[in-house]
Amino acid sequence: MSEKTLIAAINDALRQEMERDASVLVMGEDVGVDGGVFRATDGLHAKFGPNRSIDTPLAESGIVGTAIGLAAYGFRPVAEIQFAGFMYLGLNQLINHAARLRNRSRGQYTCPIVVRAPCSGGIRALEHHSESMEALYIHVPGLKVVVPSTPYDAKGLLVQSIRDPDPVIFFEPSKYYRAFKQEVPDELYAIPLGEGVLRQEGSDVTLVTWGSMVKPSMQAAADSGKSVDVIDLRTLSPWDKKMVLQSVRKTGRLVIAHEAPLTGGFGGEIAATVAQEAMYDLKGPIVRITGYDVPMPLARREDFYIPNPQRIAAAIKKSCES
Amino acid sequence: MVKKTAFEGNIEYWQVLDESGKADKKIEPKLDDAELKRMYEHMMLCRIFDRKAVSLQRQGRMYTYAPLEGQEASQVGAMHALAQDDVVFPTYRDHGAYLVRGAPLDHLFEYWMGYEDGLKMPDGVNVFPLSITVGNHLPMAAGMAWGMKLKKHQKVAMVCFGDGATSEGDFHEAFNFSSVHKTPLVLLCQNNHWAISVPLNKQMASQTVAQKALSYGAWGVQVDGNDVLAVFAAVQEARRRAVSGAGPSLVECLTYRMSMHTTADDPKKYRSESEVEDWKKRDPIARFEAYLSGRKVWTPEYKALVEQSASARVEEAVRNAEGFSAPPDAMFDFVFEKKPWNLLEQRDAFQKGD
Repeated sequence: MSEKTLIAAINDALRQEMERDASVLVMGEDVGVDGGVFRATDGLHAKFGPNRSIDTPLAESGIVGTAIGLAAYGFRPVAEIQFAGFMYLGLNQLINHAARLRNRSRGQYTCPIVVRAPCSGGIRALEHHSESMEALYIHVPGLKVVVPSTPYDAKGLLVQSIRDPDPVIFFEPSKYYRAFKQEVPDELYAIPLGEGVLRQEGSDVTLVTWGSMVKPSMQAAADSGKSVDVIDLRTLSPWDKKMVLQSVRKTGRLVIAHEAPLTGGFGGEIAATVAQEAMYDLKGPIVRITGYDVPMPLARREDFYIPNPQRIAAAIKKSCES
Repeated sequence: MVKKTAFEGNIEYWQVLDESGKADKKIEPKLDDAELKRMYEHMMLCRIFDRKAVSLQRQGRMYTYAPLEGQEASQVGAMHALAQDDVVFPTYRDHGAYLVRGAPLDHLFEYWMGYEDGLKMPDGVNVFPLSITVGNHLPMAAGMAWGMKLKKHQKVAMVCFGDGATSEGDFHEAFNFSSVHKTPLVLLCQNNHWAISVPLNKQMASQTVAQKALSYGAWGVQVDGNDVLAVFAAVQEARRRAVSGAGPSLVECLTYRMSMHTTADDPKKYRSESEVEDWKKRDPIARFEAYLSGRKVWTPEYKALVEQSASARVEEAVRNAEGFSAPPDAMFDFVFEKKPWNLLEQRDAFQKGD
């Protein structure tokens, strides 16, 4: 065990998986000699050399596309896209090819790739550097989507994502890269995909969240004066429906908090599922606290966009009024 | 002020067989009669398969299909220059890639009749599932070639595409990746002069496709794509370079799409009959027949036998494909290795008719 930041936990997972399995390699812009713009791949180039820690040309479609070809040839590439806002150039490769290769070859070719990208706001970054576009990827059949919020989860989930036989989109809230440390086992461990974690147990209301919204949600739960079940989904596709339904059946109330825009956001899917399967357990309306349906604002206005503990706490209280 | 030439390059054009089928002895590839006959038989199989497929579509027995007619020499010549464990990334028009490399014919019909199952190939065929999206498969081919290099396998990936695909960003991204990392990739462009209704001069302003190789520090050559021996020789050279560590090469085959883009298209709307008639005179099969006849390998009787045998294979494949069925709930089976709860729920609901 040692205290680690989220970025150090990611680095741990990559290094240890590369040690364990010679087919694992990292690739992307600046991931080699430079160790990545956030240093997620720091030291891997020195340890594993340029054939396993690969500096690619600056081309996202090329990065994702070549990763698919490598995966179909027996490698387990972990591709880094520098920011989630740059991933759209590789989106075609993900949707049309990575996500469908197993299906359209009826299992003959598979695509065990991980595409990592920093996501979400709060670091005063430039335009296109702070997006929370997870819903785009969740909507694509054939992709798994993971968003850790702690160093411990980041390591265990990345290890599992690398070992997963299918393509995984791995979003890392950049705000949490160095924001805090947590005890992280030095040895390898894997956290199964699709399992949420109950961050805090309560009885008045269920608060479902993930990624960058976990910290403000915990703060809001504490500030609200209510007894709140806080669920950190960790994996969004497939998501832990069982855990959410179980909690809602207990509390009878549901608040969903995500940083992504409201319309078409993943909160809508959770709300619809709960309405369909636990309607009569609900004591009042489901409440969503999310970003607005506007392009992610620049540094001066991002704090007004990102849901803060006050907004989430108000939603918790409002939910408990019914 | 300094002014000097910073770069110079040139692109060769190769033709082995002239339009009358006479070979240029200096560059004629050394192929024995048996190999030449295999090439011819594959070209005939392509044409018979292709015409049958169009006919099935017209009868309502098959869905939209993309005919290859006119491109037999490009496809067959290229495939014959590969080793069997090389991997080919074809497009929707490269039926020849599948046929030469030993794909079961009934699989091809199954796919075009509406079953993904047809894209699954027996071991050893080494054809990646064809690409419907134009040009997107080039980065994947570059990636697989990269894997071959990392594993020190002495083989190549070949990616097939048309003139239209060279306008796609993925063509350039893949070519660049491959040349930077010196991956054993052969880029086979069948320049058939038309991307659906858009002619070559509206697709690009460069004189040749092949010269685009120069931008990537790679070798490129333009060949007569209706000359099966020229295509064979060029791809053989590209393959030699690839396995020797020299990186990717681009072979541009000048050919012509004699038929429609797909069975959903009417080329009369955008191109002249006289242009088509002109290309008809350069038919790749007729030219090869003239050559083989000169070598005393080909006779009309031999042709009749080849036709008969190819037709029999095609007819049998159609019967098999029309008899093929797979349960509809198999659509849930290959999304992931292991079905997550949502797929299990949806499949169960589907099975119950909910």
